[in-house]
Amino acid sequence: MPGALLEVEDLRIHFPTQDGLVKSVDGVSFSLERGRTLGIVGESGSGKSVTSLGIMGLHQGTQARITGHIRLGGEELVGALPARIRELRGDKMAMIFQDPLSSLHPYFTVGNQIIEAHRVHHPEATKQQARQRAVDMLGRVGIPEPAVRVDDYPHQFSGGMRQRVMIAMALVNDPELLIADEPTTALDVTVQAQILDLISDLQAEFGSAVIMITHDLGVVAELSDDILVMYAGRVAEYGSAADIFARPGHPYTWGLLASMPRMDRERLTRLVPIPGTPPSLIRVPPGCPFHPRCRYGHLNGGRSETEVPELRDTEDPGHRVACHLTAAERTRQWALLAAGEVPEDVREMVPRGGVEA
Amino acid sequence: MITFIIRRLIGTVFLLIVVSMITFAIFFLLPRLAGQNTYQLATQYVGRNPTREAVLQVEQQLGLADPLYLQYGRFLRGIVVGAHYNSGTGSTYCPPPCFGYSFRSQQPVWPQMVSDLPVTLSLAIGASVLWLVGGVSIGVISALRRGSFFDRFSMGVALAGVSLPIFFTGLISLELFSYKWPIFPNVTYVSFTTNPLLWARNLVLPWIVLAFLYAALYARLTRAGMLETMSEDYIRTARAKGLPERTVIVKHGLRSALTPIVTIFGMDLGLLLGGAIITEVTFSLHGLGLFTVMAIQNQDLPEILGVTMLAAFFIVIANLVVDIFYAVLDPRVRY
Repeated sequence: MPGALLEVEDLRIHFPTQDGLVKSVDGVSFSLERGRTLGIVGESGSGKSVTSLGIMGLHQGTQARITGHIRLGGEELVGALPARIRELRGDKMAMIFQDPLSSLHPYFTVGNQIIEAHRVHHPEATKQQARQRAVDMLGRVGIPEPAVRVDDYPHQFSGGMRQRVMIAMALVNDPELLIADEPTTALDVTVQAQILDLISDLQAEFGSAVIMITHDLGVVAELSDDILVMYAGRVAEYGSAADIFARPGHPYTWGLLASMPRMDRERLTRLVPIPGTPPSLIRVPPGCPFHPRCRYGHLNGGRSETEVPELRDTEDPGHRVACHLTAAERTRQWALLAAGEVPEDVREMVPRGGVEA
Repeated sequence: MITFIIRRLIGTVFLLIVVSMITFAIFFLLPRLAGQNTYQLATQYVGRNPTREAVLQVEQQLGLADPLYLQYGRFLRGIVVGAHYNSGTGSTYCPPPCFGYSFRSQQPVWPQMVSDLPVTLSLAIGASVLWLVGGVSIGVISALRRGSFFDRFSMGVALAGVSLPIFFTGLISLELFSYKWPIFPNVTYVSFTTNPLLWARNLVLPWIVLAFLYAALYARLTRAGMLETMSEDYIRTARAKGLPERTVIVKHGLRSALTPIVTIFGMDLGLLLGGAIITEVTFSLHGLGLFTVMAIQNQDLPEILGVTMLAAFFIVIANLVVDIFYAVLDPRVRY
């Protein structure tokens, strides 16, 4: 996709450890245009955070081995000079993190932390200008009385307000790319929607591209243009949000969808959990990494245990799925699941009627 | 912040009063609880082989037979405004802070301590600067280059430093650098005002020996603290802002890692000001430490009492300074 702001191609991030090579990210590709939002979805350990830290160049100084390509505005970041990545970091690309309390330094006022973020990339700005900028940003992210609160310390803010501060700090230099790593996970449910709204409003205002990392499909449904579903460091499914919600192609995506409570469904629809736990990234299962947890593996004659499925196009343009099942079989199985058919193993787990009680 | 300091000051005054009560109790109450009568108690304030008359006179002079609250009142008053002693021939005035008269020298205790204090002060402050700078920088470098040759080497030396007692390292250093190769011959205390150069030169060995012990400890503490701090989320945030690594380490990392170090440093320094006993004895420096040892050897109770109060005072003040400094460092403590 020419002209994309961010292009990631065959990205691999491996960590050598005493127990073996941890393949946290193993061949991930995607691209993101200005003003658009990509949701990266997956369970813990699927490699979504490692991917985003890799884009930010935050694996520097660790043992990480990074190969592949990350291009921001056409500039290659893999193998770039650390000094150059530092220049881009916080300026062209910024990041907000999961837990705003531990992510803000407890010893400095929020104003000082924002001023610091601004001045490191704008050394020409005076202290007064930077401070004014910090106050403006705090106001824009919805902090009441920003001119007063700018001198407060992080512990004097509530969780939601802290995340607003983080957002103000990330956006202070007008970044082209904003990466939000589970920005609402540590917050109260009532605050989550506010923060998501804020991010999408600011995105419209600043025109940044956003990568929203989450394990919550509800969050990406609300905000994302595109969705990347990751499993065990690989891409399971990639496509537009509309396509993925209408015609999800990967059993793992089905699992994520079916295990999510839905307000628009009938009450008695059973939640369907994904059996098992995510695999160890040192010993990724051979073949399709999802096969030990897949309910449909038996439908393709053992291929999923030996052969790694490639990411292939579906009938939707740009919608790609890494699954051995045939397109027809996938359509049939998803239709059953979407109609409320409960897989056998789940039926055995809870006797019928258990849900009503 | 101001209210915090005022609150801590009031607390400190209160603490000092408690300290004086406890010290008083150790010297005047505990012996009686242990079954001594006032005559036996008085015996200890007369020195060795006293006559019966002398003991009775002291018992009377110190008012040991009076109720305890009167005695404590007198004790406190002596410290604050001084005291008059009737010594048969006439009244002697002991100016404040009065801890009584030494048996040994027949002089008030306080001026003797004051004359020994500069030695301990010079020793403790010089050494503490050395170990703080040395220990912290070695700790930081070790943490940042974890597992490197520097890290393993310096932590090995640090282990030796923590394990080797001062009377060992001190004597070895004296043997080597004062006798065998007389780089620092004739280690005696020369006051700073007399000759600053000689003052420093003669203190180099004690400084290094004392600092070695503490630097080792501080290097290990700093290393552990830095390793922990550098894995904090806010360090990742600082990096994500694009700050230069030096700023990340010094401003964001070291500042947090130093907070516990400051606490321990205050305590250690406070403790040393009350007398660096082993170092002073090893190098025959006439500071408060040596004063204490001699007071104990001579069973000179007024001297022991005085040095106990002074040491406790230093620790209480060190605590106060640490608390205030802590509040300056960490805004969460201020409220």
